Amino acid sequence: MEKKRRRGFGMLSDIRRNGTSYLLVLPAMAYTFIFGYMTYPYMLIAFQRFNYSKGIFHSEWIGLKNFEFFFRSNKAFTVTFNTIYLNLLFIIFGTLTALAISLILNELRKKLFVKISQSMMLFPNFISWIVISYVLYAFFSMDMGIVNKLLNQLGIAPVNWYTEQQAWPAILTIMHVWKGAGMSAVIYLATITGIDETLYEAAEIDGASRWQMCMRITIPLMMPTVVILMLLSVGKIMYGDFGMIYALIGDNGTLYATTDIIDTYVFRSLRQIGNPSEAMAVGLFQSVVGFILVFGTNAITRKFFKDGALY
Amino acid sequence: MKTFSISKTVMYALISIYSALSLLPMLLVLMISVTDEDAILKNGYSLFPEKFSLYAYKLIFTGGSQVMQSYGISIFVTIVGTALAILITSMAGYTLANKNVKYRNLLALYFFITMIFSAGIVPWYLMNRSLGLTNNILALIIPSLLFSPFNLFLVRNFMNGVPDSLRESATIDGASDITIAFRIYLPLCKPVLATIALFYGLDYWNNWWNAIMLIDSKELYPLQFMLLQMQSEISMLNEMTMLAGSSDITLPSESVKMATAVVTIGPIIFLYPYLQKYFVKGLVIGSVKG
Repeated sequence: MEKKRRRGFGMLSDIRRNGTSYLLVLPAMAYTFIFGYMTYPYMLIAFQRFNYSKGIFHSEWIGLKNFEFFFRSNKAFTVTFNTIYLNLLFIIFGTLTALAISLILNELRKKLFVKISQSMMLFPNFISWIVISYVLYAFFSMDMGIVNKLLNQLGIAPVNWYTEQQAWPAILTIMHVWKGAGMSAVIYLATITGIDETLYEAAEIDGASRWQMCMRITIPLMMPTVVILMLLSVGKIMYGDFGMIYALIGDNGTLYATTDIIDTYVFRSLRQIGNPSEAMAVGLFQSVVGFILVFGTNAITRKFFKDGALY
Repeated sequence: MKTFSISKTVMYALISIYSALSLLPMLLVLMISVTDEDAILKNGYSLFPEKFSLYAYKLIFTGGSQVMQSYGISIFVTIVGTALAILITSMAGYTLANKNVKYRNLLALYFFITMIFSAGIVPWYLMNRSLGLTNNILALIIPSLLFSPFNLFLVRNFMNGVPDSLRESATIDGASDITIAFRIYLPLCKPVLATIALFYGLDYWNNWWNAIMLIDSKELYPLQFMLLQMQSEISMLNEMTMLAGSSDITLPSESVKMATAVVTIGPIIFLYPYLQKYFVKGLVIGSVKG
């Protein structure tokens, strides 16, 4: 009763009534304000020749020159293509592997076995890309690596993998799947466990085999989750995994042709070349295209899977 | 029922192989770290060390090495950062799940906007610079993940599942929001808190982004960043000793490198079994039902 009478007073009265609750949310709000909302104005430096000492309000405005510089360079196409291409490889192979693992684990249903194998698969997910770069080095090092040792035993000349441009999309994809597929498989397996058990019972009465149940019940019912997760990744396709690429490739310029992505390019412009304005221009290009993609994929999701749309 | 089936055997084999492959590369690194340096230089890396040696570990753990310094930084940053992050996230999560708060959805939107639309790394960097968060241990704690909206929504969703009648009866008994949040909700939400603790903890432990962006002085290098720097530095040192022609010192570069990598993942292995039981549960609640 009390609530209804007071509704007219709006936010202020609500703050008075639930003061403590608002107090609890305040630190998070302040943090989000500073590190979220207050960073937006800095995007303007894409149109400036930014000078640290002059700051955002007094630096010289130069219009679209920073964008021009990026798009005129041959780098623009390379990094955009690499970002999208690598992400597509990651999405396709990551999803397929995770899906296969979860379907098989679901068939086995031996609790202890599933549990142990899951723990093992999740492990790579917890270690950093830097440690993984050491792992990678153990495999691909020119004179000491395992791969060249094997090649040697087969009578093939050793390869200097850290200069082999063409090999890296494949190597990066394998590493990406290796690190992340276990985690995705756990999510998929959870979805499978959520499927109504009576469907399987009915199918069993009708004489369906395990294979038929998998093809006719499990996979179709999983598709919404799979498609949603894939669409989410597609929405983020303009954003590469900086942590991965920089840890594994670093500043190895010979590999840039196939591995340099927008994020590593922006990082270099900002921290190594020291041109924040150009970095921002490229970042803005990434954000705008990324923004369109997120909204586009969400619209598609909303259309086909009503419950699945994020917002 | 329990007849031998080929398909089942194949499936067991596939999963076993995949699981083994998940661990094998790490095992290789571990083995290299305990191999004698000369044996590595002679035979290359191998899963089966020809000559066992703990020299690399001795070198790391003695004599004021950079590794120990960085270990301290990483531990400090992880503990303080995770604790702060959990506190802030759970307090905010409580408010967003409190159905008495009329504007909770508006608040959620406020957080959500920054989650879907981030200005990117350049503004992030300039913001930190202007706040003085460079070359400073706070730069490793404050700017990164003190507060991640995704974790906030995990907590909120979990807290939404707590029956309202609990809050009502506590209010009737005269409990304030603070009491309800800290004495009733947080203990009930242990699984999700453990989950975000793991998320935040791993993020802090594995974080080197903040260091590469904001830290220049060596004393503040966290473990991961030190690891990144070490590879290039050791190879440089090796070249220098080669040029100087002094052959009586062998830098155990290969084994030390790998030993440092192993040492870095130590705490994760230690926490692994304990947190895993919460982890899968929390992940499922957050990602599937969110």
